[in-house]
Amino acid sequence: MFGYSMAEIGNIVVMQGFSGLSMFTVLLLMALGLAIIFGQMGVINMAHGEFMTIGAYTTVLISKVAATYGFTNYYFVFAIAIAFVLAFAVGYFIEFIMIRHLYKRPLDTLLATWGLSLVMQQIFRSSFGAKEVSAELPEWMLGSFQPTPDIDIPINGVFVMVLAALVTFGVYMFMFKSRWGLRVRATVQNRTMAGAVGINTAKVDRVTFALGCGIAGIAGAAFTTIASTGPTTGTLYIVDSFMVVVFGGAASIVGTIASAFGIAQAQSVLQFFMTSSMGKVSTLLVIVTILMMKPEGLFASKLRK
Amino acid sequence: MTLWEKMKASPVLGGKEGVIGLAVLAAIIFVVLPLGVDIFRLNLIGKYLTYAFVAVGLVMLWGHGGILSLGQGIFFGLGGYAMAMFLKLEASDPLSTKIQSTPGIPDFMDWNQLTALPWFWEPFKSLPFTIFAVLTIPALFAYIIGYAMFKRRVGGVYFSIITQAVALILSILIVGQQGYTGGVNGMTDLRTMLGWDIRTDSAKYILYFVNGLLLFGAIFLSKYIMSSKFGMLLLAMRDKEERVRFSGYDVSNFKIFIFCLAAMMSAVGGAMFTLQVGFMSPSFVGIVPSIEMVIFCAVGGRASLIGAVYGTLLVNYGKTVFSENYPEMWLYLMGGLFIAVVMFFPSGLAGIWDKYATKYGWFKEKAKPVKKPEVSTSEVEAQAVLTDTATEASLATESTSVVSKKVTRKKADASPAIESNKLRGAEA
Repeated sequence: MFGYSMAEIGNIVVMQGFSGLSMFTVLLLMALGLAIIFGQMGVINMAHGEFMTIGAYTTVLISKVAATYGFTNYYFVFAIAIAFVLAFAVGYFIEFIMIRHLYKRPLDTLLATWGLSLVMQQIFRSSFGAKEVSAELPEWMLGSFQPTPDIDIPINGVFVMVLAALVTFGVYMFMFKSRWGLRVRATVQNRTMAGAVGINTAKVDRVTFALGCGIAGIAGAAFTTIASTGPTTGTLYIVDSFMVVVFGGAASIVGTIASAFGIAQAQSVLQFFMTSSMGKVSTLLVIVTILMMKPEGLFASKLRK
Repeated sequence: MTLWEKMKASPVLGGKEGVIGLAVLAAIIFVVLPLGVDIFRLNLIGKYLTYAFVAVGLVMLWGHGGILSLGQGIFFGLGGYAMAMFLKLEASDPLSTKIQSTPGIPDFMDWNQLTALPWFWEPFKSLPFTIFAVLTIPALFAYIIGYAMFKRRVGGVYFSIITQAVALILSILIVGQQGYTGGVNGMTDLRTMLGWDIRTDSAKYILYFVNGLLLFGAIFLSKYIMSSKFGMLLLAMRDKEERVRFSGYDVSNFKIFIFCLAAMMSAVGGAMFTLQVGFMSPSFVGIVPSIEMVIFCAVGGRASLIGAVYGTLLVNYGKTVFSENYPEMWLYLMGGLFIAVVMFFPSGLAGIWDKYATKYGWFKEKAKPVKKPEVSTSEVEAQAVLTDTATEASLATESTSVVSKKVTRKKADASPAIESNKLRGAEA
């Protein structure tokens, strides 16, 4: 097949699989935020990628500060926290001035948030320049560890994966084990009734939206460990992340994880055998075809509408 | 009955106001602009007007059908590429390409080590086939997408996201398959159509007028469709889809039809674009152009056919002026336009026009109750329905947000005056 022996193909799949894992983690973190916003609230946030860029630029700036004051080794903890808080705050503000007026018009939200993403991109370009910048990684993140001579796992990849696992776990706990999550789910299922039993649905909406944006901020922090950041970084991932959410089934966390994994791996492995553009085209084509067959996604909760 | 009375009475044209609106637009496109600006600017306006085909299609699809396609660039691109393939083949005859290693094939194929014309290029040697392809291939493509999705009752935001993904796929594919499509540069250096040089000033004038006539054809066709029973059904489907389905209509077929029609119009626009601009590239296919075309339509008024044309002209003119003079301001303005139109003027310029026209009593008969709703004009009806749904929506929101709505309304009142002055300026 393609002029490779079976053993070689095995190695290629393993190596491309690992490179796919870092893409998987970024997609997963992006998609988790989107799954909350789109899956729970039905809001299409086209500016989601820009919230990721907020997180990425925050991390880059903090890494610069850390380099001057000499705490490079552990700045990442602060960076993640601040990236989350900043993206959360911006999300909270945007929900307040814009999104909440548009809940009844999902298609219009899509256009308005697209406009927002254009404005945010230009803000990034004016304040950080059009050039891509990258964070200075702490030394312990730079190496790689080798379980066998053939396989090389970069430590930053492992770190990002652990981070994604923690965030996923956190989102799960928040949505399904906390009072807040209960309120969110109640509001989604029956807004009027939730209001009647004393839940402040407007506040629930705002926090849910801001939380999704905050997670995108964490995705941005994770992104800086594997690539450099530019003003339009977010837009590169937005369609992919939407595909992940829709493909996985909008409100399902398991579905989001599975489809982020599948899409990232398929692209990564296919890109090795074909050209990079054809790898992406075939992955997207397969997803679109499956979505046409099964519009509710792979892991949709069974609901009557 | 004089011609004037006949036209006024015609339900298709939309009463006195509809006739005057069309006449003003026709006067602007066919008289004022050709006389008022030089051929370079006129060619630029002709380019903008090709986007208006997409906007007119979107008025039917989105404004009246409630289906937001973020993939109209696909069809614009397919139409444009079909025409570009014909022109490219004519431009690369064996004589003018004799320095290539394989004479007689387009230059980009030669650069990509292709030695023979690919099979799907062969039919584009004939102009009738090309015109046929411009009209059918995008419509067929739309039929496949529409059939797969509407039959399974996929709608709303899912449809938007999936059409957007298709636009992405197509643009990556065109960029990636450089040997067959010309890659990221697209198809450039198009010269003649059946020996007629399309780059001369006279050709540009002729193409501009052909383009304008075709655009009016598209508007009349849309007006005809919207004043028919189908137009009413479309509105009904947008507002209460379930009820239409329960009444025994197969909603999906109507949706597929309108999607195909909008695709066909976009493709005609694309083909005219290639003819007037002289090249076609993937930058008119992908996500960004597709969503920009939606904003042309939204600025003009998503339910108004004529408004969509003005919206297209205005936004593109703004884009040209701003990206020439203040490139960094343009994205702020464009982004702000998206947000402002959606939040404060959901019915666009047409909505502002209607509000002020009724207020100052320029078209008094509009305020009178319409006698026969089934033949009432599409635009007036659509505007009425649009405002009705908006009111319903605001009534339905909780009391907390009603307060904020009022604040928004006040804010909204401040700027229409400026917008409508602009519109009047454009009409005068």
